[in-house]
Amino acid sequence: MALRAQTGPYFGDFGGRFVPESLVAALDELGEAYDLAKLDPAFGAELAELGRSYTGRPSIITEVPRFAAHAGGARVILKREDLNHTGSHKINNVLGQALLTKRIGKTRVIAETGAGQHGVATATAAALFGLDCVIYMGEVDTERQALNVARMRLLGAEVIAVTAGSRTLKDAINEAMRDWVTNVETTNYIFGTVAGPHPFPEMVRDFQKIIGEEARQQVIDLTGGLPTAVAACVGGGSNAIGIFHAFLDDTDVALYGFEAGGEGVDTERHAATITKGRPGVLHGARSYLLQDDDGQTIESHSISAGLDYPGVGPEHSWLAALGRANYRPVTDDAAMQALRLLTRTEGIIPAIESAHALAGALELGRELGPDATILVNLSGRGDKDMDTAARYFELYDQENPE
Amino acid sequence: MNTVGSVIRRRNDEAAGALIGYLPVGFPTFDESVEAAVALVENGVDILELGLPYSDPVMDGPVIQAATQQALANGFRLTDGFEAVRRITERVDAPVLIMTYWNPVVQYGVDRFADDLVAAGGAGLITPDLIPDEGAAWIAASERTGLDRVFLAAPTSTEARIRQVVDASRGFVYAVSTMGITGARSDVDRAARALVERLTAADAPASCVGVGISTAAQVAEVLAYADGAIVGSALVNALAQGGIAGVGELAAELARGTRAE
Repeated sequence: MALRAQTGPYFGDFGGRFVPESLVAALDELGEAYDLAKLDPAFGAELAELGRSYTGRPSIITEVPRFAAHAGGARVILKREDLNHTGSHKINNVLGQALLTKRIGKTRVIAETGAGQHGVATATAAALFGLDCVIYMGEVDTERQALNVARMRLLGAEVIAVTAGSRTLKDAINEAMRDWVTNVETTNYIFGTVAGPHPFPEMVRDFQKIIGEEARQQVIDLTGGLPTAVAACVGGGSNAIGIFHAFLDDTDVALYGFEAGGEGVDTERHAATITKGRPGVLHGARSYLLQDDDGQTIESHSISAGLDYPGVGPEHSWLAALGRANYRPVTDDAAMQALRLLTRTEGIIPAIESAHALAGALELGRELGPDATILVNLSGRGDKDMDTAARYFELYDQENPE
Repeated sequence: MNTVGSVIRRRNDEAAGALIGYLPVGFPTFDESVEAAVALVENGVDILELGLPYSDPVMDGPVIQAATQQALANGFRLTDGFEAVRRITERVDAPVLIMTYWNPVVQYGVDRFADDLVAAGGAGLITPDLIPDEGAAWIAASERTGLDRVFLAAPTSTEARIRQVVDASRGFVYAVSTMGITGARSDVDRAARALVERLTAADAPASCVGVGISTAAQVAEVLAYADGAIVGSALVNALAQGGIAGVGELAAELARGTRAE
């Protein structure tokens, strides 16, 4: 069977639905609504029109030769999801799930967010469709992504800072699941990545796979052939699966996911789930997981809030187990250097998340040599990260002495 | 020997039903959690539900979250769970069920977990984030060892799922009284009564209602139609506020709810 044809609930040994019984009816309802929507040309047409006239699809590709000069001479081509409305790939999924919310007649949506990009996208869709919206965000992330908190509030969403546990993305997901268990009759959970219980990994992938479908043809049109390698950052893994999916059965195209290596994978401060974790159950699915011997989740660390997650989507675990995709860590510093390099050489400021994929591409280019073509998913723009970058590179005139 | 099933039957014969009390292992300390569990039984709790602290407890409300986070911060290990069961069952003869999220069992090894629980004198598992659909390994291990397995049923469960949960459960079915997470509520939802009726119609071995029960009056109200009432957050709160004496007093008060017929 073609790898692209794989559907949930299981991807090999991974996936499933490890959830409280209280959520099963809602997951079934969502899955059935999605299965019907997939077959309904009107749903596809409505989503495609939103993509065209609201998101700005298709997103362009941009070849970046001045950046590529630092990548062993390989050609580097960026898929510009940063140019989407709301500034990242997250809107692709959110518009699909918001349309489904309307179909199943619910009036309230909730979402978790790490960097705030999924929260902003959800708040945007809620404004567009007139839905009540509550966003759960770890308190640590509300501080480092304060601009996105303000954006969500301006869009009319209620942002709840989660103070439990590590106060980051995983705890925001826990709190959103508690809300959903309690309010499931009125509320749809717009999940932001390809993790979680079935049907989310399959459904979110399907809403994101347009990235790779467009990019595959765009690269062929530009270069006359398929890329040598495709690179993307991986937290939960939605932008990566989005760009990988169209290439899964192109066996000559190497796929690379770059995980957040934080301060180094030999330290305790990283989020390199596939590199350093082992299979376990978190947030409703069996997948790779950073955990201790007792199965307690280990807190992850990344300078990038969007990658600061100790789990990963089950389809990535499956692709890793099959050897179809390769997963490597990229440190905080390598990502920040790549962020500055792309900015200085090409005038494009990437999100810190996406900068992990850029750092990975620099490494890959040097390995693959000048004949290689590397397609990189530039999944988001860096506006939200200006404060982090300004402190990292000491760009403010003077630090507040507080 | 007292099994979960026999205790529930006996308490329904001699009183209105069974009182099931939850406390997490390791809160506020390991030794105090053992003493508190013993105090529950000495004050009228019929079956113990011992919670294993877990980093990501999606079914738990703020009271239990705070207690289990403290237990984890104090260094709780899974082996403490078995040790707690051993110490409690040496002192009181109430059946002890472990309430655990699924990943710790997977990492410990499902069969090894079942064997060590039997060796410690435990009665079985309550699994809040394991549905029968994903439960093949646990169903096999509990068949092999004779442990009880308590799955949850919710007001939103379809008839087909109710039958699946009933068929997979042994000991009792945990009827989630209301749509929500653990935590005391002023009114136990009317949905609980309808859910228990559906479970009974599906030939459930027994149906015990949990989530939101905190007073003797609510225990009595639930036992008018269910085989058991499960109290958690209110007991944890009593332990946090009033220590072992406090949690014993609340247990004695709740037990009065089992006498009203």
